[in-house]
Amino acid sequence: MELDPLLLSRIQFAFVVSFHAIFPVFTIGLAAWIAVLEALNYRRPDPVREKLSQFWIKIFALVFGMGVVSGIVMAFQFGTNWSNFSYAASNFMGPVLSYEVVTAFFLEATFLGVLLFGRDKVPRGVHLLAACMVALGTFISSFWILSANSWFHTPAGVELVDGHFQVTSWLQAIFNPSLPFRFAHMALASFITGGFVVVAVSAWYLLRRRNPRSSRMALKMTVVMLAVATPLQLFVGDLHGLNTLEHQPIKVAAMEGHWETKKGAPLVLFGLPDSEAEKNHFEVAIPYLGSLILTHSLDGEVQGLKSVPSEDRPPVAIVFWSFRIMVAIGLVFILLSWAALVQMLRGRLFESRPLLTALSWSYPLPFIAVVAGWFVTEIGRQPWVVYGMMRVSEALTPSLTGGMALATLIGYFAVYAVVFGAGVYYLRRVILDGLEPIESARDSDSARPKRPLSALNTGFDGEAQATRS
Amino acid sequence: MENIDLTLIWVAIIGLAVFMYVLMDGFDLGVGVLFPFAPDDESRDLMMNSVAPVWDGNETWLVLGGAGLLAAFPLIYSVFLPALYIGVFLLLAGLIFRGIAFEFRFKSTASKHWWDKSFNIGSTVAAFAQGAVIGAYIQGFEVVDMKYVGGAFDWLTPFTVMTGLGVVTGYALLGATWTVLKTEGRTRDWAFRMSERLLLGVFGFFIVVSLWTPLTKPFVYDRWMDNVAWLWVFPLFTAVVSLWVWRSIRRRHEIIPFVGSMLLFAFFYVGILISMWPYAVPPDYTFWDAASDPGSQLFLLLGVLFLIPVILAYTAFNYWVFRGKVKPGGGYH
Ligand code: HDD
Ligand code: HEM
Ligand code: HEM
Repeated sequence: MELDPLLLSRIQFAFVVSFHAIFPVFTIGLAAWIAVLEALNYRRPDPVREKLSQFWIKIFALVFGMGVVSGIVMAFQFGTNWSNFSYAASNFMGPVLSYEVVTAFFLEATFLGVLLFGRDKVPRGVHLLAACMVALGTFISSFWILSANSWFHTPAGVELVDGHFQVTSWLQAIFNPSLPFRFAHMALASFITGGFVVVAVSAWYLLRRRNPRSSRMALKMTVVMLAVATPLQLFVGDLHGLNTLEHQPIKVAAMEGHWETKKGAPLVLFGLPDSEAEKNHFEVAIPYLGSLILTHSLDGEVQGLKSVPSEDRPPVAIVFWSFRIMVAIGLVFILLSWAALVQMLRGRLFESRPLLTALSWSYPLPFIAVVAGWFVTEIGRQPWVVYGMMRVSEALTPSLTGGMALATLIGYFAVYAVVFGAGVYYLRRVILDGLEPIESARDSDSARPKRPLSALNTGFDGEAQATRS
Repeated sequence: MENIDLTLIWVAIIGLAVFMYVLMDGFDLGVGVLFPFAPDDESRDLMMNSVAPVWDGNETWLVLGGAGLLAAFPLIYSVFLPALYIGVFLLLAGLIFRGIAFEFRFKSTASKHWWDKSFNIGSTVAAFAQGAVIGAYIQGFEVVDMKYVGGAFDWLTPFTVMTGLGVVTGYALLGATWTVLKTEGRTRDWAFRMSERLLLGVFGFFIVVSLWTPLTKPFVYDRWMDNVAWLWVFPLFTAVVSLWVWRSIRRRHEIIPFVGSMLLFAFFYVGILISMWPYAVPPDYTFWDAASDPGSQLFLLLGVLFLIPVILAYTAFNYWVFRGKVKPGGGYH
């Protein structure tokens, strides 16, 4: 059997970028959370808050490390597997990705050193500055990368000359039509992701009566933030979808499972889209609601998949289902965060065990929602790499053989399995150890000179801790 | 505007980024290469901690090199990466294993030796792959119609293996002299001994590669032969600096070995540029053929000219915060 380098490259790209993406969404949220804690602590020093910040910095360091190493891979994927695309789009992609490096990556990477290892080496204000710079860097970097990505979906400010994109307007190309929505949606997703992880860990501690003071403090702060962010995400997501309807109607048809172009389209709740038969099996739908949501009128016309030839359609089922998973999780988040807010206002949050239990289990959901969201976005863009201008099949590296692509695909799989496995293992350790060791280690530090020196490991010899308790 | 050659400016900027990368990640990859030879675990802890606060920033110069090539010389980006497909994978896998080793090693005790290996093998593989990239550049690529058309392993030849090993040795020298600078006691004594041997090794590779390079390409041969009247200063400088470094190691000077080793790298770097100039993708394409649209080069230049000094400033600040010897048990909080 011939191995298809195109298919293998798509799988490889999807795998490495999905892997990378789960770390930044987490670290963007966490970096902001740490900066807030450090700022509050700067104004009014509080040992509990300082411990809390130290604890989350440890987690941040681990996750950030994984984000960085997987990000380096991304910087070269475009060239190794999509060299035709890189060459064609270099006039736009090159400067944007370079600006990301010089405005964001250096900032994050450099101040990270001070944030992690500098607490006792620099004045408190400088340490706070480092925390803020790292947080700022994560935002700047998502701005640039999302600008590049949005341009794939809604290319603007360029013209194609002999298969080469020439930039005609930098302003239009960078601030292309889908960037504002994607950036807002992604920023909220980051806060939600960071927020639910903090909430889950704190709830879990409270259930086990550990670190009660710091866990209550963390819960109070994040629940309020989440109660605002989750409904806002629904609103922004809706705007994002409307923008997509305007620029990529076929993607929306795939998300909604609409095959026929019609007025007064239904909202399909459930169905099994079938690309061969060009219809949904076992469809459950609410009449007219589709048109109402998408056009804000009961009999608005909604374009269907059949309006374009089948080679111009994305794979429907995966887009359709990913979209439903994301939205369902988004709705669950609104419920959870409002339930928590209400209980908090009634002064019962810390006692209601069922709610705390539910919160403590919520941490995988944001990651699932994020990856599902990207699947909707990116697979819905198929078969185009630059929407309406360049096909994915034209983007591939010409010298790439199926064997080479398969070899590196398996390679990345193996490498990431080790990275992820070990990362989750150490994260679990950090969380199981909790905040107590930070305090005890501070006192006993000088008594144990042989310990490794990192900031992060103070009181933190994973296995040693485990055998002690 | 017409009389400013943007392409030339970009050669200088990318050249700077790559050079910064080679020097800075060079010494921390070198620390990784030397890791298993360190006298004991405490020395390893010290060595690791001497680079922990700075490695991420160092590595970012590589990302700038990659993105900068895409922006200014897309032909290099879209030929080198497909041509070195397997090598690039090895490079990235190496960088991943050494990068995660920092965080994971700090957090483990029983499994620590695994992360020692991860750090060591990752660093060594990455250093070797980088050396092979340089060798492959000197060797040239099979390109038709601006696209690479060669095979997956064309880059892997005795020559590239030689340059790969040369870079591993060179980085190890940077790592050893850095360790001299940052540590005390038996760790430093060991690093002095290593520096001495590695310097000999580097000088050996220098001679072999210098003789071999002109033989790989007629144009390189002609370049050196035609300009022999002034190019002889290069080998001379290299020999003089090597001697200087060697003496300073013998006299247990702590700063000169590191500075001198960096200077050696600068000579090698300029030497390669002289040999290959003006070819970006040898044997056929020059930097001007490889350049992107002037509008794109200009757009990025405006920001970069302002931002690179800022980056250098806060990088310097970072090194300054962590200046001096790393101490066992000393307060990294
Ligand atoms: C915590 C994560 C999260 C949550 C709770 C939601 N989303 Fe989302 N969604 C994302 C995380 C995300 C994302 C990963 O950030 C995506 C992928 C690319 C992008 O722009 O954002 C995305 C993409 C995305 C798209 C595709 C836009 C395109 O064409 O590119 C739409 C229409 C929505 N979202 C709509 C929603 C709605 C109506 C939600 C209901 C609450 C929702 N999202 C919750
Ligand atoms: C961060 C989360 C992201 C995820 C989970 C993701 C997911 C995917 C998936 C699943 C595909 C394959 C689609 C298919 O073949 O059916 C893909 C392709 C691609 N994506 Fe993304 N993507 C992400 C972000 C980005 C970003 C930020 C960029 C660019 C800056 C990008 C650029 C591309 C390119 C160039 C391809 C290959 C060509 C193609 O198949 O369309 N992606 N991505
Ligand atoms: C496919 C496109 C992408 C490329 C080429 C890419 C490239 C990179 C690189 C090279 C790094 C390491 C930087 C360093 O050395 O410090 C990195 C880290 C990072 N990336 Fe990506 N990235 C991509 C997608 C994304 C997306 C979708 C986001 C979020 C919106 C993102 C946000 C970040 C952030 C915040 C970091 C810092 C490390 C971390 O927080 O985990 N990137 N990326």
